[in-house]
Amino acid sequence: MSKKIATRQAYGDALAEFGSDERIVVLDADLSKSTKTDVFKAKYPERHFNMGIAEGNMMAVAAGLSTCGKIVFASSFAIFASERACEQIRNSICYPKLNVKIGATHAGISVGEDGASHQCSEDIGVMRSMPNMTIICPADAVETRAAVKAAIELNGPVYLRLGRLNVPVIYDEANYKFELGKGVTLREGNDVTIISTGLMTEMALNAHELLKNEGIEARVINIHTIKPIDKEIITKAAKETGALVVAEEHVAYGGLGSAVAEVVVDNYPVPVKMVNMGDRFGKSGVPSELFKMYGLTPENIVSKAKEALEAKKKCCK
Amino acid sequence: MDKCKTDEFKKIAYRIRKHIIEGTFNAGSGHPGGSLSCTDILTVLYFHSMNIDPKNPKAPDRDRFVLSKGHCAPALYGTLAERGFFPKEEIVKLRRIDSYLEGHPCMKSVPGVDMSTGSLAQGFSASVGMALAGKIDKKDYHVYTILGDGELEEGQVWEAAMAAAHFKLNNLIAFVDHNGMQIDGYITEVMSPEPVVGKFKAFGWNVINIDGHDYEQIIDAIEQGKMQKDKPTMIVAETIKGKGVSFMEGQVGWHGKAPDKEQRDKAIAELDEFLAGLEVE
Repeated sequence: MSKKIATRQAYGDALAEFGSDERIVVLDADLSKSTKTDVFKAKYPERHFNMGIAEGNMMAVAAGLSTCGKIVFASSFAIFASERACEQIRNSICYPKLNVKIGATHAGISVGEDGASHQCSEDIGVMRSMPNMTIICPADAVETRAAVKAAIELNGPVYLRLGRLNVPVIYDEANYKFELGKGVTLREGNDVTIISTGLMTEMALNAHELLKNEGIEARVINIHTIKPIDKEIITKAAKETGALVVAEEHVAYGGLGSAVAEVVVDNYPVPVKMVNMGDRFGKSGVPSELFKMYGLTPENIVSKAKEALEAKKKCCK
Repeated sequence: MDKCKTDEFKKIAYRIRKHIIEGTFNAGSGHPGGSLSCTDILTVLYFHSMNIDPKNPKAPDRDRFVLSKGHCAPALYGTLAERGFFPKEEIVKLRRIDSYLEGHPCMKSVPGVDMSTGSLAQGFSASVGMALAGKIDKKDYHVYTILGDGELEEGQVWEAAMAAAHFKLNNLIAFVDHNGMQIDGYITEVMSPEPVVGKFKAFGWNVINIDGHDYEQIIDAIEQGKMQKDKPTMIVAETIKGKGVSFMEGQVGWHGKAPDKEQRDKAIAELDEFLAGLEVE
C-alpha cells in the first residue's frame, strides 16, 4: 500500500515550499490548522493573515491585495469559500480577473463525520459557471504540489479543490509532468473510458483492474483541470472507446460529468454514464461508509462501465 | 482656505456635476442623486489630496481610490475625465454598448479606476486589501474609499471595518456619504445604520464628522486621517442627495433615475448659472 496524504496537507506544504516568492500572501478564515496554511504561516508569518470568521470580506480583501501585485491564496473550507463567498468571488475576483487563488479544502463527502453542512459537493458547478475561473481538482499529493505551482505561475483566478481525507499517492513525483488544462491518461484501453477527478481517480484505477479481470479494457483519464477542460483528450476517448463513465465526488449537476457531457455532445456524441452523489446532500459518517452509501466505489464504476458498454452496443446496431 | 482656492474647487465640482447630468441623461439611466452628493469629496481627493498621475494611472506608489458605492460611477467618471484620465467626450457614451464606461466602475476598461465595484461593501473590503498590501510592502501610499450610508446595511462592511482596525491600517481613509437616503426611502426608515459615528468608533476607527460639501472641512479631515498612528479613519460626511441641482436635492426619487430632456436642460442651466456667477466674482 502506497503512503496516504491529504491534498490539503500537500497544499499547505506546497505553499511553504514555494513561499519564498515574496509576492505570495496567504489569507485564512480561522481554519489555518485545518486548511494547513499554518505550515506556510510557520515559515512566513509576516505574509500570513488570519481574517477571522468572515469569508466574504476575505475574498474581497484578497482582490484588493492582488491589485497591488500580490499573488493571494485565500483559504477556507470549500463550502464557505465557494458558496458563502460566492458573489465576492464572482464580482471582486473573476469579473476583474484578479490574481487570487482560492484554496478550498474539505471538499466533497469525504469530509465525513462533520456531515452535510460541511460537505461541499456543489462547488465545481458553482465555480465552473464563472467566466475567467480556472478550476483544479488534484488527485493526490504530487498533483496538488504541481497544481499550486501552476496556480502561482498563472495570472488569474484559480479554484483549488482539495480534500480533508488522507488519500493514496498515485503519481511518481520524479516522473510526473503536470500540464494545466491537460488530462492525464493513466491506463490504456479501448473498450470504455473512465474519466475521473480528485480522489475518485484512485477508485477509477481500481475499477480498471476489476474490469480487466472480466476481459474489459478500460482507459482511465484523470482530469485535474476541470476548467478549462481538455476537450481533445475527451473527444479522442469518445472516438476511440465509444463509451464513457465519469466519476466524481460531487452532486449530479454542474460538475465534471456535466463538463464531459458538454464536450461529447458538441464534438462526438457517445453514451456517458455518471458516478456521483446524485441530486442529494451528504450526511455524517465515516468516509469509507459514505462512499458505499453514495455509490462512490470502484464496484459502482465497474457497473456503470458495463452499462456504458451496453449502450454503446445498442448505438452501434 | 482662501476664497480663490474654494472657487477653484467649486468650478471643478460643478463641471463634474454637469458630467453626471449629461452622462445619465444620455444613458437614460443611472444614479444621479448619490453621484451629486459625493462630488465635492471626489473633487478634493482628485484635485488636492491624492498622489496620482493621469499619464501613469498604474504607478505602483500612487494613492488608491475605491468607489465602494459603485452605482455612483457617473461622479467618478466625471472626476476622472476632468482630471485627464480619459477624454471628456466619452462621458456622453456612459452605459453604451460601444463605450468602456460600464454602468458600474470597471478597472479593466476605465483608465484610473483602481477596483471594479458595484456590489456593495466589496469595494470597502478591497480597499482594506490595498491598505494591507501597502503595509506589507512598507509603502507610503494611502487608500481612499467612499461608502454610501445605505451600504452600511451590508454585513460585510462591518467585517471589513473590523479587519481594518485589527490590522491598524492607518493608511486607509474612508468616507461615508451620509445623505440619509437609499432606493426605497430614508435609511432610518428602511433599515437604520445609525448611529454611524458611534458604530465606527466602537469598531476602533478614528471617526470625524464633517459637512461633506465644505472643501476646507474635507481637506482638514483627510489631513487628520493622514496623521493617525494606528487607526484607520472614517470621515462621516453629512451630504445632500442630489446636491447642486435644486429639484433633485433631498429627493429619494432621484436615487436611480435619469433626467429627461427638460430636466436635463433645467439642471444644466442651473449649473451653468452657478459657474457664471463664480466667473463674474
